[in-house]
Amino acid sequence: MARRRVGLFVTCLVDFFRPEVGFASIRLLEAAGCDVVVPEVQTCCGQPAWNSGDRQGAEALAVAVIDAFTGLDAVVAPSGSCIGMLRQFPAVLGSAHARHDEAVALAARAFELTSFLVDELSFEPAPVQASSASAVTYHDACSGLRELGIQAQPRALLAAAGIAVTEMDAATVCCGFGGTFCVKYPEISGGMVDDKLASIERSGADTLVTGDLGCLLNIEGRLARLGGPVRALHVAEILAPEESKGGK
Amino acid sequence: MTLATQSRNFPEQVRVARADGNLQQALGRLKFGLTLMRGAAVDRLPEFERLRDEAAAIRDHTLTHLDHYLLRFEQAVTERGGHVHFAVDAESANAIILEICREAGARKVTKGKSMVTEEIELNEHLAAHGIECLETDLGEYIVQLRRERPSHIVAPAIHVLKSQVADAFAEHHGEAPPGGRDEAASLMAEARAVIRRHFLEADVGITGANFAIAETGTTVIVTNEGNGDLTQSLPKVHIAVTGIEKVVPTLEDASTLIRLLSRSATGQEAAVYNTFSTGPRRAEDPDGPEAFHVVLVDNGRSSMLGSEFQEMLRCIRCGACLNHCPVYGQVGGQAYGSVYPGPMGAVLTPSLAGIDAAGHLPNASTFCGACEAVCPVRIPLPKMMRHWREREFESGLAPRTQRLGLGIWRFAARRPRLYRTLAAAGARLLRIAGGRRGYLRRLPLGRGWTAWRDLPAPAGETFHAAWRRRRHER
Repeated sequence: MARRRVGLFVTCLVDFFRPEVGFASIRLLEAAGCDVVVPEVQTCCGQPAWNSGDRQGAEALAVAVIDAFTGLDAVVAPSGSCIGMLRQFPAVLGSAHARHDEAVALAARAFELTSFLVDELSFEPAPVQASSASAVTYHDACSGLRELGIQAQPRALLAAAGIAVTEMDAATVCCGFGGTFCVKYPEISGGMVDDKLASIERSGADTLVTGDLGCLLNIEGRLARLGGPVRALHVAEILAPEESKGGK
Repeated sequence: MTLATQSRNFPEQVRVARADGNLQQALGRLKFGLTLMRGAAVDRLPEFERLRDEAAAIRDHTLTHLDHYLLRFEQAVTERGGHVHFAVDAESANAIILEICREAGARKVTKGKSMVTEEIELNEHLAAHGIECLETDLGEYIVQLRRERPSHIVAPAIHVLKSQVADAFAEHHGEAPPGGRDEAASLMAEARAVIRRHFLEADVGITGANFAIAETGTTVIVTNEGNGDLTQSLPKVHIAVTGIEKVVPTLEDASTLIRLLSRSATGQEAAVYNTFSTGPRRAEDPDGPEAFHVVLVDNGRSSMLGSEFQEMLRCIRCGACLNHCPVYGQVGGQAYGSVYPGPMGAVLTPSLAGIDAAGHLPNASTFCGACEAVCPVRIPLPKMMRHWREREFESGLAPRTQRLGLGIWRFAARRPRLYRTLAAAGARLLRIAGGRRGYLRRLPLGRGWTAWRDLPAPAGETFHAAWRRRRHER
């Protein structure tokens, strides 16, 4: 099969906070036999506007994403939340919009990283050294789980990499991030993330892995505030092969 | 608008709820109680998902032809000797019910559980006209004694601990019965003894109706305590009060919905009582009311027809969305300031009370989608909350700081080069502010975040800057 040309949608949170997640995603996609390109003009999927009721703002950014990712076999992001948004683009533009058909086409080839690797490429990552993952538990980010049906894929990748997952009892319950929600209603968000931390603690894991940076920053931020041994990683970070020295 | 709320004070009410130890203890039970029971009941019914599709289709069909089915229902009730009253709003519903009570010479009215009568504040209205209105559902009775509103549409006193029930009974019933007030069973027995007396004294019984069946003119109540049956069969007059959207075409349709309702609400295969009321007592009947009235309340519902909120009218009030909502699980029902809390309330309350009064409710959601995942009639609740945010944004009601922040972000996000420059500068700045520890404890303009969490500091160089640099270095 011809190598797929995959456009990496970096996401604004990965760009700003944790670029390593983007590079890890590229290494994984390349290990899976893809040619990865990173369109330069990308910024954000527009979800903050869409979920704040700003239709026009969301529309403008949807068009910008469509422009940035034309001519590629797939658009992949290390985030179920952003891909969930890309899948919404036909609804964002509406059926009367001149770019509606392109939005439909983009939505059909937009994939969250782990589901792309497993469902589209049947990829199995190389084993990861045990030291980098002693006891892992996985938080299912809401958009990926309930909008895209992502639950088995990251676990399959972790298993293939030799990483055992100790399930927490409330893996599918929201961590309380919710975009602007977490700053608009901090008491509620704070209570929710504390419930998540309690669930992680009951699992006995020392590493929290998840597939969305919003959840990750929220959970990691609360872990840091309380102080404790649990570290938080994006699933791409734990799975990706080491960076080869000296470039390609 | 027609539904009175205290939803404007949501943030304050949240703080009160989060600080209320008793409430938090009560909510803790919810998280692992009703949700698990529902899950088990769904697992035992292989056709559950298919039933959800059927139920949504039944509700959609009925709503599309609502005028037709309402008239058919009215005709069927009238043919069987009952009376149907259409109430355009809360005021007219209350006036209709008061008039029926007066004609019956009523001094005392018993009530089964009914959210619509909570919505229209019927108890207060009747009391203001000298008619005592007594709740007979145990949860509603407790809430009435505590002078509160229900905190859950199915379990109205879910926020109350057993010890608080004992306190309320001590205040209102006086000396403890021989069984004491330590055990739930003895509290229930005490309530039963008190409420029984009222059943026998009541002149009028008022219930809600989970469904109103058009083909037979039947109202249906789905209950677990039997109080609804005593409320509607012992007094001379029975008034069923419900929303216009509760009509269903046939008995068969009602049975499909009932199969979903009990499982979704409490995880029961069937509720203990599923009672069908068709007309007043006939000559050959051994018992039943002499008069049967149905009050169908609009109160803003018809304005949802044909709008982006029409699917909300599918709701059968099972409460599953509340039980599975992590936001509801943090704050309970009363913080919402509306008789309709949780996800269903976040859509319905602004529909009935106006978005200006209830703007917080559709905003106080992470859009996690747990509500939609369990809704027996597949209402796209997050999508509808988002529609309310759109209405709010378009009418300029969204908070100014939010609009300003969004405006700046939008301006930059549409200009990739500017965005890159700002992001690169911001990431560097926060990297420095994060210090050796790599976390920020405080953040200007970011108190909402740092009140609870540290902010993990960025790596310093953005992905796009690093990507560009690496490509040049190659």
